[in-house]
Amino acid sequence: MKNDTKYNLENRRYVIGGAAVVLVLLFIGRLFYLQLIESDYKAWADSNAFLKKTLYPSRGMMYDRNGKLLVFNQPAYDVMLIMREIQPFDTVDFCNTLSITKQQFEKRIADIKNRRLNPGYSSYVPQVFLNQLSAREYGVLQEKLYKFPGFYIQKRTIREYSRLIGAHVLGNIGEVNKKDVERDPYYVSGDYSGRSGIEHSYEEVLRGGKGVEILLRDAHGRIKGKYEDGKHDIPPVSGKNLTLSLDIEVQEYGEKLMQNKRGAIVMIEPETGEVVCMVTAPYYDPNLLVGRQRGRNYNELLKDPAKPLFNRAIMAKYPPGSTFKPTQALIFLQEKVIDDHTMYTCAHGYTFRGGKPACHGHGSPLNVVAALATSCNSYFCWGLHDMLDRCKYPSVQEAFDTWKQRMVDMGYGYSLGVDLPHEARGYIPNSKVYDKIYNSRWNSSTIISIAIGQGEILATPLQIANLAATIANRGFYIAPHVVKEIQDTPLDTAYTSKRYTGIEARYYDLVQEGMKNAVLGGTCRTARLPDMEVWGKTGTAENPHGKDHSAFMGIASYNGKRVAIAVYVENGGFGATYGVPVGRLMIEKYLRGHILEESKWIEQNMMNAVVSPIIPWVMNGKENN
Amino acid sequence: MPYRKTELIKSVDWFTILLYVILVVAGWFSICGASYEYDSVGMFDVSGRPGSQLIWIGLSVVLIFVILMLDADFYDIFAYLIYAAVIALLIATIFLAPDIKGSRSWLVLGPVRLQPAEVAKFATALALARLMNSYGFQLDNVKHFLQVLAVIFLPMVLILLQKETGSALVYFAFLLVLYREGMSGYILLAGVCAVIFFVTSMKFSEVVIGATPLGMLIVAAMILFIILVLIYVERKNLLAVKVIGVVTVAGLLDGLLASFFIPVNYAYILIGVVGFTFLYLVALSVKSWTKHYLLIALFSLGSVGFLFSVDYVFNDILEPHQQIRIKVSLGMEDDPGGAGYNVNQSKIAIGSGGFAGKGFLNGTQTKLKYVPEQDTDFIFCTVGEEQGFVGSSLVLLLFCVLILRLLYLAERQHSVFRRVYGYSVAAILLFHLAINIGMVTGLTPVIGIPLPFFSYGGSSLWGFTILLFIFLRLDAARGERL
Repeated sequence: MKNDTKYNLENRRYVIGGAAVVLVLLFIGRLFYLQLIESDYKAWADSNAFLKKTLYPSRGMMYDRNGKLLVFNQPAYDVMLIMREIQPFDTVDFCNTLSITKQQFEKRIADIKNRRLNPGYSSYVPQVFLNQLSAREYGVLQEKLYKFPGFYIQKRTIREYSRLIGAHVLGNIGEVNKKDVERDPYYVSGDYSGRSGIEHSYEEVLRGGKGVEILLRDAHGRIKGKYEDGKHDIPPVSGKNLTLSLDIEVQEYGEKLMQNKRGAIVMIEPETGEVVCMVTAPYYDPNLLVGRQRGRNYNELLKDPAKPLFNRAIMAKYPPGSTFKPTQALIFLQEKVIDDHTMYTCAHGYTFRGGKPACHGHGSPLNVVAALATSCNSYFCWGLHDMLDRCKYPSVQEAFDTWKQRMVDMGYGYSLGVDLPHEARGYIPNSKVYDKIYNSRWNSSTIISIAIGQGEILATPLQIANLAATIANRGFYIAPHVVKEIQDTPLDTAYTSKRYTGIEARYYDLVQEGMKNAVLGGTCRTARLPDMEVWGKTGTAENPHGKDHSAFMGIASYNGKRVAIAVYVENGGFGATYGVPVGRLMIEKYLRGHILEESKWIEQNMMNAVVSPIIPWVMNGKENN
Repeated sequence: MPYRKTELIKSVDWFTILLYVILVVAGWFSICGASYEYDSVGMFDVSGRPGSQLIWIGLSVVLIFVILMLDADFYDIFAYLIYAAVIALLIATIFLAPDIKGSRSWLVLGPVRLQPAEVAKFATALALARLMNSYGFQLDNVKHFLQVLAVIFLPMVLILLQKETGSALVYFAFLLVLYREGMSGYILLAGVCAVIFFVTSMKFSEVVIGATPLGMLIVAAMILFIILVLIYVERKNLLAVKVIGVVTVAGLLDGLLASFFIPVNYAYILIGVVGFTFLYLVALSVKSWTKHYLLIALFSLGSVGFLFSVDYVFNDILEPHQQIRIKVSLGMEDDPGGAGYNVNQSKIAIGSGGFAGKGFLNGTQTKLKYVPEQDTDFIFCTVGEEQGFVGSSLVLLLFCVLILRLLYLAERQHSVFRRVYGYSVAAILLFHLAINIGMVTGLTPVIGIPLPFFSYGGSSLWGFTILLFIFLRLDAARGERL
């Protein structure tokens, strides 16, 4: 019995040894799970240890067509804080230094901590407390920073402008929104991207590539140096510089001329499609949308009834008025509705419809060249009548759609594809539109006002300038663009290839002749310059918003340099009142570089003319801000 | 008594010494990994932890030499004296020790800090061995058993008073020794049941189905099941099993019927059945005049009592930080920023090691101090992160081999004294391993005890070195006494 018990007790070592073996196997199983099955731990450890610090590249700069620096970067300073490192400090002193109130301070802290507003919040990671301090504010804070543990200053760059012009074309930069972050993995919340203008359309070229620096961070958030001496770091790639086709002298001059007016000036180099200037009035100081006050200023601009944010040059749809007539002449000639000898009568109006639309005093009957020179309404009404109602085509609808297609080929009705966001397409109706309005019973008389660029027809100033370019080129254009060169990158072929209008060059000769005569002795006499060849066409566009819009479309050449121009001054009255003189000055400024003494009085008149008074702060933000 | 002097070099167990050396060296490298600073002193600088650990290791070699030079009988003869001295030291510690991180277990002597709890283990083992070796000792003698318990639990209580719960728990390891020496396995079973009941009722304590608390229902069912198994295994009484089974089914059916009218707590029904069983077993024990039924009856009573005291124990006896640690390890609370931080970071460290690890000194998690106590109680993280699955499994296997080797050595002793001492060493190592690795891998609650030979610190290293080498000295002398 005793021996038996002893034997049994000896066997108990197997129980104890077995327990040890089972325990160790259990632990090895656990290790197997933790180290080999569960894969999240590696990522976790990495996110613990590695602080991936983004190195922001400097954004590409912009030069004008003559290589003058226009947009560059200036340092700005963000105040960052790491919540965990904050120790009690003199908040009053802090708030005074940054010129904020205690309430603002507390709200900001609460906002940072609010995970709904700030999903990436962590008390270990630097958070933006206040962004874009100026160098002066930075200097004041820097001296006192030692008193505020947990606060840091991070340098970043913001835009600076050598001249306060071209805000619509250049565009501006703002913080990315949630949608941008979802759409493009390049961005993280708090990044900046181009919100409008060139900044927007060339965002991917300008922004460059972010770099990353991998730092080791210990449990207290302290940086312990670079991971493997920076072997895995990626340096940032600077954004590419752009050379714009704009001439900043001309742009600036145009903006001066357009002060206290609404409208636009677009100048295009016909051979290349390069936009030499794109003035929109009212304009605003581009500095308004830079820096800490951006949000406030943006809202002010948005509320302004003059719509200063609206880029009229490419977004406004105006009735083109008489600047439209050359297109009509070209279509009628190409479609063989008329030839260079075709004469129509005019008796102070379109006699076929009892003198409507009316016309002004000039010789009658007259041919196409004279009709363009005198801007005869009747001539083009007759032309449209002959095209639509003379049964040359199977139906009026087909006739009209042929007309419409010609218009589209000349660059109307669809956006031209300028390298700026939000270009409007203008409006050219097709036959279905009229079928619908007039229940399929319509002819040229029904829609006669389109012959003179009124009625349903709408075009942007850019399209009008582009028409001038096609006339200068005698039948083709290159899609207008504001960026001439991208550093180390070829331009999109859309901006180098010719697009033909489908109208024979010889017909353009007639139109050029008419426009030449308009300057020599017709409606555009003010545009006549002693040393330059200028061809032009005025426009006086009736519109539902009051006084007629004053428009001018022209082509000028001087010493082998040519330019196409469109001027549009809202509610300016006759084309000759504002359109032609402004056009003349712009042509002089660009082609010759200076204004002749004999033009000075026109310059004075134009600059001082007040058509639509503008609230001054918008135009000259820098003085009034 | 005739003596046969043997040469120590030949008779000492070199295999165990080899395992010891491997573990200590591996431990030192882990400490290098854990306390490595990017911008700091070299590994051998004594102001850094690897450097000072090197000093502790050097002093351990001296200790080993002294231990092995002493006569084997010395430990037998002085066992009680050593025990008494250590008890005195423990009592003194309670009063003298400054408060360090909530515990009063460190004696500070100038630059040196000593934790008497670490050396109390070998003293207790010696005293226990001496006691059980005494003439006429019978473990099933109640007086002797109480003496044994006193020897074991006196230091345990003193250590508890120092607020070193972890070190105190280690003394439960001696129950394994008692088991080997003849204590009923049911006491261990009761211990295991207590843990299982506790965990189950805690884990499901917030789940209530109808009027039935799920935790209580499961535990009551387990109690009933164990009773039935015990009745069958001990007495082969199928009739009793059937009777209890029928009563259970009848009770549940009644409950089901009643549930149409009132909400029924099925847990109470099962507990009622246990109550019935208790009375039934008492009746059986009177009838057949065996104590088996009575013991089973007592077990059922104790289990139910334990079940009802779990909440009280948890809420009123345990400290808040202990409650949270238990809840975290049971997965009832997820608090990676607070109480679960250590364990979470520890799991990340181990888990990120992968198969082969990140390589010596390449662990980011440990280098950058994400794991608190990473060179002491959480040292195994460094092994897991830098040596991966291969290295950490190897360490565990080494421990396993060491424990099995110690069991083997203990069994080959001829005297109870040496065998009990040997088992004590094995059991203490096993317990440390279970609690420490369980803690760092997130299986058991955070109970701060060191990993033998690995964790930084002189007290711990010396404590285990003394513990182990006294046994090796005893083992080396096994042939001396004929």
